[in-house]
Amino acid sequence: MQYALLFYNPPLELVPASEREARLTGVLADMLAWRKELEGAGVFRTNLRLAGVDAATSLRRKGDDVFVTDGPFAETKEILGGLVVLECADLDEALGWARRCPIVRIGTVEVRPEFGAPR
Amino acid sequence: MSSEARREALGAIVKSEAGLVLASLIAGFGDFDLAEDALQDAVAAALERWPRDGVPQSPAAWLTVVARRRVVDRLRHQAMRTDKAAALRASEELRRAELAAAEADDNVPDERLRLLFTCCHPALSPEARVALTLRTLGGLSTEAVARAFLLPVATLAKRLERAKRKIREARIPYRVPPETEWTVRLRSILAVLYLIFNEGYSASDSPLEARRALCEEAIGLARVLAALLPREGEVHALLALMLLHDARRDARVGPDGIFVPLDEQDRRRWRSDELLEGLAALRAAAARPGRGPYQVQAAIAAAHAVTPNGADTPWHILAALYAELEALAPSPVVRVNRAVAEGRARGPAAGLGLLAALEGGDAARNLAEYQPYHAARADLLRRAGRAEEAAAAYRTALDLCSGEPERRFLARWLGEIVRGPQPDKPELGARGSRD
Repeated sequence: MQYALLFYNPPLELVPASEREARLTGVLADMLAWRKELEGAGVFRTNLRLAGVDAATSLRRKGDDVFVTDGPFAETKEILGGLVVLECADLDEALGWARRCPIVRIGTVEVRPEFGAPR
Repeated sequence: MSSEARREALGAIVKSEAGLVLASLIAGFGDFDLAEDALQDAVAAALERWPRDGVPQSPAAWLTVVARRRVVDRLRHQAMRTDKAAALRASEELRRAELAAAEADDNVPDERLRLLFTCCHPALSPEARVALTLRTLGGLSTEAVARAFLLPVATLAKRLERAKRKIREARIPYRVPPETEWTVRLRSILAVLYLIFNEGYSASDSPLEARRALCEEAIGLARVLAALLPREGEVHALLALMLLHDARRDARVGPDGIFVPLDEQDRRRWRSDELLEGLAALRAAAARPGRGPYQVQAAIAAAHAVTPNGADTPWHILAALYAELEALAPSPVVRVNRAVAEGRARGPAAGLGLLAALEGGDAARNLAEYQPYHAARADLLRRAGRAEEAAAAYRTALDLCSGEPERRFLARWLGEIVRGPQPDKPELGARGSRD
C-alpha cells in the first residue's frame, strides 16, 4: 500500500538568517542520505519538493465562477514543503520511515495512506 | 437453577470469553466489524444451544468455531454477488482450513496482546484507544462505555466507528511491535489501562455500577497483560497500583458522606484480598529489572497499605518516593502530592515552598483551574495557621470541585476555619454566617 509523507515546515524566511545556511545544508544533506536509505530498502516511489507559498496560486469556486487568487490554500506557520510516496506493508512501516525523516527535526511529517482501503 | 439464573450464568461465561474470541477473530480476518457481528451471532447461538446441550468443554473454542463459520458464510454470500465460481472456490478452501484448524486443537490462540497493541496504537486518539480497548478486549457494550464516560451513545459509536475506519484505511497492523518501539508502545497500553481505571475510580457523576465496571475491566486486562508479559516490571507495577487503590474504595467516603483522606481511613474497610494481591504484584514488579513510574506509585500506595495506624503514616518515606516519581515523570500532579507529603514530613512551610516553585513554572497557567492544587494549598495553609489565606484557597478549591464527598470535606474545613473563634477577622465571620 502507498503512503504519502507530507513535509510541513516553517518557511525559510521565518528561520533566523544566522541559522538559515546551516539548517539548509544540514537538512538537505540528511534528506539525501534518507532518500538513499528509502531507495536501498525498495520502498521509494516518488517525491516532489515544492517552491515556497509565494509561488502558490489557488482556485476556488464562487457561485458559478472559479476565482483564481494569489497565495496558498491557507496561511499557516508551517507550510507544505514537499512529499515522498512510499510503498509500505502497513502504517507501522511507514511511521518507521517517517520517524527517520530529517524534516521531523524542523517541522511536521504527516503520513497519509492512499485512498481505497477495502471496506 | 432457575432458567433466568442459568441464562445469567451463561451470559457471564460468554462475557469472560468474549475478549479472547474477538481477538482471535479480528486477528484471523483483519476486520473489527466482521468479527464483532460474527461473535454476536455465535453468542446468540450459544445462549440458545448451551441450555439444551450443556456448556462445551472449551466455551471459547466453541464460540470461535461458530463465529468463524458465520464469517465464512458472510464472505461467501458477499462474493457470490460478484464472481460466483471464484467465490465458491475461495469459500470452500476457507472452510476446509477453518475446520481443520478447529479440530486441530481446542485452545483458542491468545491474540489479545496483538489486539491490545492495535487498540492502543499511538496513531489513534487517546479517547479512541480507551473506547476501543473497552469495547473489544473488555467486551463492554457501546452503551456501557458511553454510560461510564457520561457520553451520548451516538458520540461513542461515532468515535469507535472512526477509529475502526482509521485502522482499516491507514492499515494499522495487528502486531506485537518490534523491540525498537516496544517501550513506547507498551507505555501507551499501560496509560490506556490506567486511564480506564481512573475514570472508574474517580468520583464522577456517572452511575456507580458503570464506574465499577471500568475498574474491574482495567484490573482484569492488567492481569491478562501480566500473564502475557510476565517479564515486564511496569505491567506488574500497574496491576499492583490499581489493586492497592481499588482495595480502599469503600473507605474513601465516611458514613457522613464526607471524603476521608488516606491517613484517616478506617483500615477495617480496606479489602484485604485486593491488598494482598496488590502487594504480591508489587513484589513481582520489584523483582524485574528497572524501576519505572508505576512501580514508584505502587510503592507509595503500598506504604499506606502496610501502615496499620494512619497516625503512623511514614510521611518522610512518602516524600522521598514522590521526589523520585517527580524525577522520573515530572508533572504538576506529582508535585502537588509531593508537597502534601513534604508538608506532613517537614512542616507546612516545606510543602508550601514546593507549591510556590510550581507557580513560576510552565504549568502555572493551568494551575488556576487545578482543583487538587488549591485543596493541597488550603490544607497546608491551614496547618501553618494562616487562616485567612487558607479560607480563600478552600473557597477556590470548592468552586472547582466536582465530587460531592470532596465538596463536603472542603466545606467542613472551610466552616471550621471561618466559624472558629477569630474576633480579629470579622470579614471571614461575616462571610461564613451566610452559609
